[in-house]
Amino acid sequence: MHKLQIEGLTKTFGGLTAVNNVAMHVDDNEIVGLIGPNGAGKTTLFNMITGLYTPTSGQLLYQEKDITGLKPDKITDIGIARTFQNIRLFPMMTALENVMIGLHTRTHSTMFDSILRTKRHRTEEKNNIQRAMEILEMVGLESKQDEYSKNLPYGEQRKLEIARAMASNPGILLLDEPAAGMNENETAELTGFIKGLKGLGMTVLVIEHDMRLVMSICERIYVLDYGSKIAEGVPKEIQSNPQVIEAYLGKGA
Amino acid sequence: MKLLHKGIDFYMNHKKLLIMMLLVPIMAVPFFGFSPYMMRMITLSGIYIILALSLNLLTGFTGQVSLGHAAFYGIGAYTSALLAIRFDLSFVYTAIAGGLVAGFFGLLLGLPTLRLNGTYLSIVTLGFCEITRLVALNWMDLTRGPMGLTGIPLPKVFSWVIDKDAEFFYLILILIILTWVAINNLIKSRTGRALISIREDELAAEAMGINILKYKLIAFTTAAFFAGIAGSFYAHYASFIDPQSFTFDESIQILSMVILGGMGSNLGAAFGAVILVSIPEMLRGLQEYRMLMYGAVLVIMMLMRPQGLLGNVKLGDILNKKPVNEEEVSQDA
Repeated sequence: MHKLQIEGLTKTFGGLTAVNNVAMHVDDNEIVGLIGPNGAGKTTLFNMITGLYTPTSGQLLYQEKDITGLKPDKITDIGIARTFQNIRLFPMMTALENVMIGLHTRTHSTMFDSILRTKRHRTEEKNNIQRAMEILEMVGLESKQDEYSKNLPYGEQRKLEIARAMASNPGILLLDEPAAGMNENETAELTGFIKGLKGLGMTVLVIEHDMRLVMSICERIYVLDYGSKIAEGVPKEIQSNPQVIEAYLGKGA
Repeated sequence: MKLLHKGIDFYMNHKKLLIMMLLVPIMAVPFFGFSPYMMRMITLSGIYIILALSLNLLTGFTGQVSLGHAAFYGIGAYTSALLAIRFDLSFVYTAIAGGLVAGFFGLLLGLPTLRLNGTYLSIVTLGFCEITRLVALNWMDLTRGPMGLTGIPLPKVFSWVIDKDAEFFYLILILIILTWVAINNLIKSRTGRALISIREDELAAEAMGINILKYKLIAFTTAAFFAGIAGSFYAHYASFIDPQSFTFDESIQILSMVILGGMGSNLGAAFGAVILVSIPEMLRGLQEYRMLMYGAVLVIMMLMRPQGLLGNVKLGDILNKKPVNEEEVSQDA
């Protein structure tokens, strides 16, 4: 049984087939990479897994449960959380509040609890702040808890977005180009961080262009090109796969 | 300008204390020997404070710019007036009923707006406001149309009949405090964070597990509920209501209060209400130029401080929000 299983997934926009009959799977406590040239359909695939798009055809199974076509909030509730390629934090909320939004699906006080300040609201709020602080500490942002997220430097915004996704305690964490725009030091730090997630028992599916990062952390890699899967395997196999080289460098390279 | 910014920073850092200190002189207002006209202006400001606070929940915190708030105000007023006239109910019940009926219509208006954002949403709420006014104007059997409802009894809180200026003042003060505490508690909670996240980035909020429909409906219903209570007070206070009191102009007025005071700030919304009720009165000496000045004050304010007096959100940011549709998302691919 695979933790996440994708069967014959296809998405078309008008005449354009963005993702074409892709099959893949992610096992528990695995770090899997998804690579491919620009426009290969990687983010479209992510958008289908997280419910932002409804697949044209195909099936998505999470822990053997069919999640095809569920709404994004439901999918997060079930246990799949993501980050975005172009950071989408809540700019006028503090770092702490951003992470607390991530805790939303794991908490239950209602609007009446909050208006009347019931015991449930108070204990839950206290635990939430504590939990959110722990997560901020994990990404090294504990000193920035009261900063508006729009005021954080780029690299820290990326980390905060990962922290926010981790707060929902996801069964699978989807990272969409986490190293984009980062310098070498930051990327190295991020590499160590993602490796550390495996030690915490997490499962990660990552889209990334930084090959050094992908090759050093991913146990298995899928390669997309023009919406179709052209290769899959361990990093070594992918590096020497002629089709992958052709997709990245063109024919005759 | 620098002084203003400094003052605002000071307020931000000592919020609770300052608001508490403000409450003491406010409690003493009836003992200052104001004229009945002045007391009337103050009580009227109180009604608008509740309206501005409630609209601020929807517009300032949740980011849904509504031009239909006067409709909920009117629905609350008519509901209470009819209940009081026909069944002679106490204000406690007519106010709750006014709030609940307005809240129900808030829920109805919220439903079709799930997929609408920014200006499109505003147009729908504008339409709703007009429809409500036209129904009030034409449903003769119920509302007596343009003749309005007269002889609305004085509010009774259990056995206490409210008929003096000072009593009306304390009643509206209690309503303001209740509204303030409720909205403030709501904002600083799991629910409130969900509302604010919708304002900030609807798509990301949904991806973080927030049920957008549910929380938008919470915002619409709660905002309408408190506007209904304000309407209920107005009906008893004025003892006469007609459709002219709840027009689109009124919606714009309430929205201006929120924008001027500062979206996403309760004290800002309250200030906005007081300022926009008192400016036209203070400018009475200018006669026909008074509305011109009123407009000028708004324009200057928006140029100098687009986020309003105490707010941190700009109207433009909300109206030009990134749309949530497939084309936009697919640019990421």
